[in-house]
Amino acid sequence: MRRPERADSDPGEVLLEARDLTKHFPVRGHSLVGGRQVLRAVEGLSLAVRAGETLGVVGESGCGKSTLGRCLVRLTDVTSGTVSFHGRDITRLSRRQLRPVRRDLQLVFQDPYASLNPRRRVGDILSEPMQIHGYGDRRAIARHVQELLEVVGLNASHVDRFPHEFSGGQRQRVGIARALAMNPKVIVADEPVSALDVSIQAQVLNLFLDLQDEFALTYVFIAHDLGVVRHVSSRIVVMYLGEVVETAVTDPLYDRPGHPYTEALLQSAPDVEDEEVAPRERILLTGDVPNPVDKPSGCPFRTRCPYAQELCAREHPPLREVAPGRHVACHFPLVTPTGDVAQHALSAGGSGSAR
Amino acid sequence: MAMFIGRRAAAAVFVLFTISVLVFLIFFATPGVDPAARIAGRNADPATLMQVRHEFGLDRPIPIRYGLMMEHLFVQRDLTSFVNRGALVIPQILQAVPVTLSLVAGAAVIWMVLGLLMGTAAAARRGTALDPLMMLLGVVGVSIPVYWLGEVVNLLTQSRWHSGLFSWVPPLGYVGLSQSPGQWALHLLFPWLTLAALYAGIYARIVRGEILEALNEDYVRTARAKGLTERRILIRHALRCSLIPVVSLFGLDFGALVGGSALLTEVVFGLPGVGKLTFDSLQNLDLPVIMGCVMYAAFFVVLANAVVDVLYAALDPRVRRA
Amino acid sequence: MPESSLVRETVRGAGAAGPESLLDVRDLTVSFRTRQGVVRAVDGLSFSLAPGEVLGIVGESGSGKSVSVMSLLGLIRDPNARVEGQALFRGRDLVAMRDKDLRPLRGREIAMIFQDPMTAMTPVYTVGWQIAEQIRAHDDVSKRVAHERAVELLDEVGIPDPRRRVGDFPHEFSGGMRQRAVIAMALANNPSLLIADEPTTALDVTTQAQILDLMRRLRVEHGSSIILITHDMGVVSDIADQVLVMYAGRAAEQGPKKDVFHRPRHPYTWGLLDSVPRPRAERVRRLPTIPGSPASPLDVAPGCPFAPRCRMRHERCDERPELAGGPAHVDACWLPRDRRQELRREVVEAAVAEGDPGDLTEHGAPLDASTPPAPEQGP
Repeated sequence: MRRPERADSDPGEVLLEARDLTKHFPVRGHSLVGGRQVLRAVEGLSLAVRAGETLGVVGESGCGKSTLGRCLVRLTDVTSGTVSFHGRDITRLSRRQLRPVRRDLQLVFQDPYASLNPRRRVGDILSEPMQIHGYGDRRAIARHVQELLEVVGLNASHVDRFPHEFSGGQRQRVGIARALAMNPKVIVADEPVSALDVSIQAQVLNLFLDLQDEFALTYVFIAHDLGVVRHVSSRIVVMYLGEVVETAVTDPLYDRPGHPYTEALLQSAPDVEDEEVAPRERILLTGDVPNPVDKPSGCPFRTRCPYAQELCAREHPPLREVAPGRHVACHFPLVTPTGDVAQHALSAGGSGSAR
Repeated sequence: MAMFIGRRAAAAVFVLFTISVLVFLIFFATPGVDPAARIAGRNADPATLMQVRHEFGLDRPIPIRYGLMMEHLFVQRDLTSFVNRGALVIPQILQAVPVTLSLVAGAAVIWMVLGLLMGTAAAARRGTALDPLMMLLGVVGVSIPVYWLGEVVNLLTQSRWHSGLFSWVPPLGYVGLSQSPGQWALHLLFPWLTLAALYAGIYARIVRGEILEALNEDYVRTARAKGLTERRILIRHALRCSLIPVVSLFGLDFGALVGGSALLTEVVFGLPGVGKLTFDSLQNLDLPVIMGCVMYAAFFVVLANAVVDVLYAALDPRVRRA
Repeated sequence: MPESSLVRETVRGAGAAGPESLLDVRDLTVSFRTRQGVVRAVDGLSFSLAPGEVLGIVGESGSGKSVSVMSLLGLIRDPNARVEGQALFRGRDLVAMRDKDLRPLRGREIAMIFQDPMTAMTPVYTVGWQIAEQIRAHDDVSKRVAHERAVELLDEVGIPDPRRRVGDFPHEFSGGMRQRAVIAMALANNPSLLIADEPTTALDVTTQAQILDLMRRLRVEHGSSIILITHDMGVVSDIADQVLVMYAGRAAEQGPKKDVFHRPRHPYTWGLLDSVPRPRAERVRRLPTIPGSPASPLDVAPGCPFAPRCRMRHERCDERPELAGGPAHVDACWLPRDRRQELRREVVEAAVAEGDPGDLTEHGAPLDASTPPAPEQGP
């Protein structure tokens, strides 16, 4: 296989943890009259990110994965629950108290152009966080900026360029350099390659992996592309309508999905057919993701689930460990306690037969 | 939709209340400004001042005075002018309203028709000589001050060529619509054209810009791929979507003009409208009339806003649900 | 020009035989006059499409894939654009046709759907109105009949409760439903060719799978040919019969899907296939990347356009390679055709061994002369 699965062999300490995290947004309601509605972007979500691992977060648009990322770095306030970093609750810290935490906890955005000030030179963009956090004198900062540019594969002579003078891939490298500026411990990357051309995606993904090796970084990698997430992640969290429906180590999850939604996602992802991968029959989900303002009763996925039964409408399935290292929020998980494909999954033409 | 209108009306009432409080405080409760002294005249003796204060209720607490003012203004409608003792405020305003409404409504029809035609033509003929020509015409209309244009028009139609070309033009002033529709229109014709000249230019530019922007939208590309004619794409798709911002702007302009912004036109053409009334009362610092005029103006601006919102919802299905 | 006619012969082979083909594009060139000179967005593209066939055009941004199909329908409205070459649709040359004559073809014979379903429909009209408008633009039927047909079409593309939803406005539909509605609109006049420009890129994977499934079904039921433009090799693999890989406005490789995917010949195709992390195949440690950035149409290398990014670059690459190697499967590359599989493995190994190549080849820096990094003063 590829890089050592650190989370497997040597579970590092928990760096970043969310407990019962909930984030609601008020839906543009009418001030005086009319009922107020809330968009439940993230609801009762718990996860732990261990040192050195890459936790991949996948899900479709509107599943709350971006909101989760923003809550984790406290870019947005949370409605309830806690986020803790190094065991310290950072949920209610003030801006000033957050400042030292921010050094260790950085975010890389999807659209590098929107997140870089177009009127500032790359050198200024990179040195700004160092000035704020007091990195050192001007010479030290200038030297570090050059180092950063080289580390992310840019030419150190480009410090005086403006963001628009770079291509999309280069801008994302600048965004990564900025996140690296204060030697963070954790980087939360929100769809960092989805705006890039396919040939550039691979370059940036390799960069993420190289930097992880070099600086012992921990990643939370949020993306909708299943291939991309699989490539970088050691562990995966699958989200649906603001909730975690499954979490497991990458390979077992891709080989034998435990939640019907994970299975559906994997079957929907288009893949190139060649000698290795044969064309396959697949079951398609019907309908669309329900509106997060008006979530279904019981299991959120039951309206589109091919395995749904009467119990699913009644009872919300809790996220529970169905096999070692594998948590699934489903009344009828597709894996047995030994980690094999469950009988009913096979009969419904589950992924086990697809491979 | 009914719910939407109801909510909008409630909000409008609230805004009007706030404005009335603010205006009242500005004119009647500003330290150093003593309305009584103003009414009693210069060098009035303290006894007279006291008497005036009592007579006008100026010696009572501010909330009570506000209540009294509003009662006189809206319930009993017998608020009297400070300057022309005995002249009631409400009838004065009510008399002026039809004049202003006639002026503004007529001008609005002219400028909207002209603006839409010119703007659409300019956008459709982009790249030809017609486009810059239309826009130049628009700029000319926008840059000529209304009072100057009005005076020139008066000069030509009332004196210079009055005996010849413009012998059919009636003297300045206003004739009610109910009295004689023909004379009403004839008296207002040049005021309409003068006022419309300014706005037609502005609207032509806005309509052109909106259409050009709409023509770059994806849905226009879809319309083209559907095999629709260019004419249909321009009118049913691009122009239709451009109307949304234009109409909202129109509502606000219309409200402001009816609320008194047509002042210069009214003064130049001797039309006894609300603008002129406000102008006169401000010159005399006639507080009750000012109060009445401001409330009236606020009412129209707020009403226009509310109408715009409803129109917006009618034109743009996306806001209907919101 | 014996060589170019030879090339044409081979290219015609890629696709269906000439006379039976529905669309026969030959030497299509789209150029734009800009301040930096004439830019060729599409440069000598040729392909043909048989009735009922699906052609997948793959490429990155700036490859000219969208421009080429938009030019077929006369949808490039830029006055600085110039379209040359030939595009015979049922024997009539679309390129030579005046807009007036092209209009009746648009929507009726050739329908097109675009990437972003969110903005593709006019926001102020109901979905049904817009479908009915499409029908009535080409068929002389009453509004009632057109409306009924709109309901049927929505039903056909899988909109639940179509009789009620036909009166909805576009914003009341979800993204996937909007794309279904756009497809319904495109199918309204039973076109013989459907052009879909990145139809699933803005959609989620589960929705994308539904839309691709729908397109596959409609192709069987309506017998339409489809040109599908995408950057996603997975999508092409899913639905196409023929594949055309574009780079810098030119065809890098084209041929039947099986050939292109099982025995890809052009180093760019290798890159596209190998550098994308896949959800199912063997997991690799490092992705073999293509160095540099996609060529900008403003600055295409004089020889092989892909040469600046190619790991197999050699002296011959200064000369522009023509498509060859037919009959069905052709590519534009100077490498020895019998050793390509072996060379592909070498490229992968080299790429993986290399480490991060950085993004700063000469082509990495965008050459947008409107904002030059160091403005040069002219005389």
